[in-house]
Amino acid sequence: MTTVAAKPTTTKPATMAQALNRAMRDAMAEDPTVHVMGEDVGALGGVFRITDGLAKEFGEDRCTDTPLAEAGILGAAVGMAMYGLRPVVEMQFDAFAYPAFEQLISHVAKMRNRTRGAMPLPITIRVPYGGGIGGVEHHSDSSEAYYVATPGLTVVTPATVEDAYGLLRASIASDDPVVFLEPKRLYWSKADWSPEAPAAVPGIGEALVRRTGTSATLITYGPSLPVCMEAAEAAREEGWDLEVVDLRSLVPFDEETVVASVRRTGRAVVVHESGGFGGPGAEIAARVTERCFHHLEAPVLRVTGFDIPYPPPMLEKHHLPGVDRILDTVARLQWEN
Amino acid sequence: MTVQELPGAGASHRSTPPPAWRPRTDAAPLLPDPEPYRVLGTPAADRLDPELMRRCYAELVRGRRYNAQATALTRQGRLAVYPSTVGQEACEIAAAMVLEEQDWLFPSYRDTLAAVARGLDPVEALTLLRGDWHTGYDPRERRIAPLSTPLATQLPHAVGLAHAARLRGDDVVALAMVGDGGTSEGDFHEAMNFAAVWQAPVVFLVQNNGFAISVPLAKQTAAPTLAHKAVGYGMPGRLVDGNDIAAMHEVLSEAVRRARAGGGPTMIEAVTYRIEAHTNADDATRYRGDAEVEAWKAHDPIQLLERELTARGLLDEAGIQAAKDAAEEMAAALRDGMNAEPVLDPMDLFENVYAQQTGRLREQAAMLRAELDAAEQDAAEEEDPS
Ligand SMILES: Cc1ncc(C[n+]2csc(CCOP(=O)(O)OP(=O)(O)O)c2C)c(N)n1
Repeated sequence: MTTVAAKPTTTKPATMAQALNRAMRDAMAEDPTVHVMGEDVGALGGVFRITDGLAKEFGEDRCTDTPLAEAGILGAAVGMAMYGLRPVVEMQFDAFAYPAFEQLISHVAKMRNRTRGAMPLPITIRVPYGGGIGGVEHHSDSSEAYYVATPGLTVVTPATVEDAYGLLRASIASDDPVVFLEPKRLYWSKADWSPEAPAAVPGIGEALVRRTGTSATLITYGPSLPVCMEAAEAAREEGWDLEVVDLRSLVPFDEETVVASVRRTGRAVVVHESGGFGGPGAEIAARVTERCFHHLEAPVLRVTGFDIPYPPPMLEKHHLPGVDRILDTVARLQWEN
Repeated sequence: MTVQELPGAGASHRSTPPPAWRPRTDAAPLLPDPEPYRVLGTPAADRLDPELMRRCYAELVRGRRYNAQATALTRQGRLAVYPSTVGQEACEIAAAMVLEEQDWLFPSYRDTLAAVARGLDPVEALTLLRGDWHTGYDPRERRIAPLSTPLATQLPHAVGLAHAARLRGDDVVALAMVGDGGTSEGDFHEAMNFAAVWQAPVVFLVQNNGFAISVPLAKQTAAPTLAHKAVGYGMPGRLVDGNDIAAMHEVLSEAVRRARAGGGPTMIEAVTYRIEAHTNADDATRYRGDAEVEAWKAHDPIQLLERELTARGLLDEAGIQAAKDAAEEMAAALRDGMNAEPVLDPMDLFENVYAQQTGRLREQAAMLRAELDAAEQDAAEEEDPS
């Protein structure tokens, strides 16, 4: 038996963009069936540089610049997956995935079911989503409500550098189609991270308590996680000790972690950027109410984007849920007042 | 059993010849020229209308200045983003010039210059890119559809509008603009097909500027030219030098005339080049070399026309200077307009989502109103803590 000296792990500041890039690189190196494709993913490395260097390292057959046609990209990925490949497709921006919805909803989401399990589709659909980057119209949509309303799709969204890597690896490895929502305003957020020995993170379908607290639970995901963490810090001044749950995975939804937290704290606020009406928060609030009714000291409240088309960049700050709006809502949880 | 024994596998099994088949349309007149059509520097230039060409020249110079000013505004942070049309001014301007007042322009996100050349105020045209509202003008009043950011999605609208106008007996032509990359989208194909089947009065102008962000034309299409695509739908495809404004004006006018006369749609591929990066946020060195850019700079739309007109004695130093002066005036007005802080009311967010505001939106509006009032009060107290 030979002993292998443990490799020294180097943690240094890495961005979420770098972690996503590394996840694809490692998946492609380990599994020759993994193919990356989309608009501008080759020489340019994607408009956000998430696929930087993949075409150079693995060749254009494995990291392919496609014609400009989202329905074509996803439709072709269906055929590739039918033939045993694992396509990872990039939709350039949230709102530019809409031309692909016919393929997504009619085929990607239903193939396993309509073939009684004979034809699974291991496709990962990477979608940069959400606002806060000053983009002009059609560059800031939070489209998760459409995805979570479509049975057959797995929907995940990382909020940290570790999760960006871990959840993307898990998505590519999944035998089901995964909509992988990338909070684009966190692309350049940094953490100390080791690309050589990435920390193991919980898999798809598991939520994480990012901060423990006793007075109320903030339930959130993706771009709103850092906002909730900041709000939780600020709430200490008001005498509130907030717990923060990061869902990480919208479908499947980790009801147990959420329910356990709300039963502990007795109060809950759901926070997300997409509109409130018919948004994921509505479902979460309903589930929490069903399971925690006798533990609740107040109704489950929501802080969401307004129910309007995404505003122009000069007005987006009024639309996005910020720390103040979260704190105001937390204050409303003192129901007896 | 051999393959030959399969029934119907070979011609020998056919007892009767298939029924006579003939194409619905003769393809030959629909086929594009093998080379981009040119006027400037060719004998065809003899028939140029001097007055029209001097106007084209002034517009080109103004268009170049507009591009330079808009790019400068991105550096000053006045514009969030600007997709430049330096090198493509002839396409943008000719598209606007060939339309009558009642006609409609359907621009894509890059075509603010076409909208300005059609008479839209430059500041209004840049509202979208500045970020204060999505469309800075009334499309009905200007007969310019909103600049479309999702690619090719405006093309079916152009077809529908032109069709509706014809149903109503109105004399309206729609001219729709799209990039080379946009021709790969499903909406492009559906629009072309509808237009041809309905014989709608539409002109499709494809600006082939070499790239869709980083992706070169060769990775976008395997067709001989984009203009060839027209034939498959049953409309004429024209291939034109997009830097030759005389050729652009002629071919576009002809297509508009044809549409107006009930002759149906035309698709025009203008071969041009995007001299600058995709937008100010793009790094073009990642996907193309300087040599190619330099070669295209030598085929500059302004220089092509200036050379022709001065050689023919139709333009002199004074004319050139006058064009420059007019362009400077436009640039100064644009700078002033863009330097004025836009007046924004956050409460506008809730207006115009529905014709009748919903209860939910009223509730959300009240919440924002309260937040804004509280913030204003805080600010006032900070200023005057008494
Ligand atoms: C449906 C859709 N997909 C992707 C994009 C993102 N995008 C914006 S511009 C662009 C390239 C467009 O290329 P082309 O059609 O050739 O026009 P050009 O930029 O050259 O004028 C892309 C991919 C978009 N705007 N819409």
